[in-house]
Amino acid sequence: MSNGSQSSPVARVTLTNQRDVIDRLEETINSEAEILGYAKASRFAIRLALDEAITNGFKHGHEGLPGDLPLLVEYSVGPHEVFLAVEDQGPGFNPQEIADPTLDENLEQMSGRGVILIRAYMASVRFNSRGNRVEMVYRKPQP
Amino acid sequence: MAADSRLRVKKIDSVTHVEFIDRSILDEANIQRIGEEIGVLIDRETKPKLLISFANVDHLSSSALSMLIAINSRMKPKNGELRLANIDPQLHEVFVITRLNKLFKIYPTTEEALKTLA
Repeated sequence: MSNGSQSSPVARVTLTNQRDVIDRLEETINSEAEILGYAKASRFAIRLALDEAITNGFKHGHEGLPGDLPLLVEYSVGPHEVFLAVEDQGPGFNPQEIADPTLDENLEQMSGRGVILIRAYMASVRFNSRGNRVEMVYRKPQP
Repeated sequence: MAADSRLRVKKIDSVTHVEFIDRSILDEANIQRIGEEIGVLIDRETKPKLLISFANVDHLSSSALSMLIAINSRMKPKNGELRLANIDPQLHEVFVITRLNKLFKIYPTTEEALKTLA
């Protein structure tokens, strides 16, 4: 997977599970995207996907592990694409094992929607084989 | 409501109307607390009628959706009626993607939602 834009350097951020820290990172990426002309709807999608990946990392990836364990977030904001990667330090999971919460019989299921939303908004989504890292690319819609 | 509540609650006739104070409903701890607060509101009523307005909200997470599902489940044994209203088009898309627009009764405005609870 490309990093979203060949010319955009990838920033690496170690993220602790603190809402103000997460908000600051999301706002930084949002500001960079806004400068490069990403519309409000695009920035909504980017923030939502990143937030879901971060939440999944802390909530599920680090389940049973020390609460102060950080995640690694990598991102680059290019003129046409935004690349995002979130890597936790947990044992990983198999995304294929999540029951589809959009099926009628699973509508009241309590989990699995984060990955559904990420896949809906991102142009490409890839998990590593261990299942502790997700890489995703958002492509700016053509005018 | 607790002094640090993230909700505005008012009673309109028999309907409990809940609004969110925050523009983003993303924080896990806040979401849990909001769910507990709304749970208390449901438990107070024999047959709860609950209207949740998203008028001030521009971001919510899948955890917030799960909290709404839990609220819906808590209403059922009491034959309660739950309505959602004032959902921004971008947020509404989240309900559509997850197909939760099929589970919840969603109305464009609180006025329209209130009419169905009369």
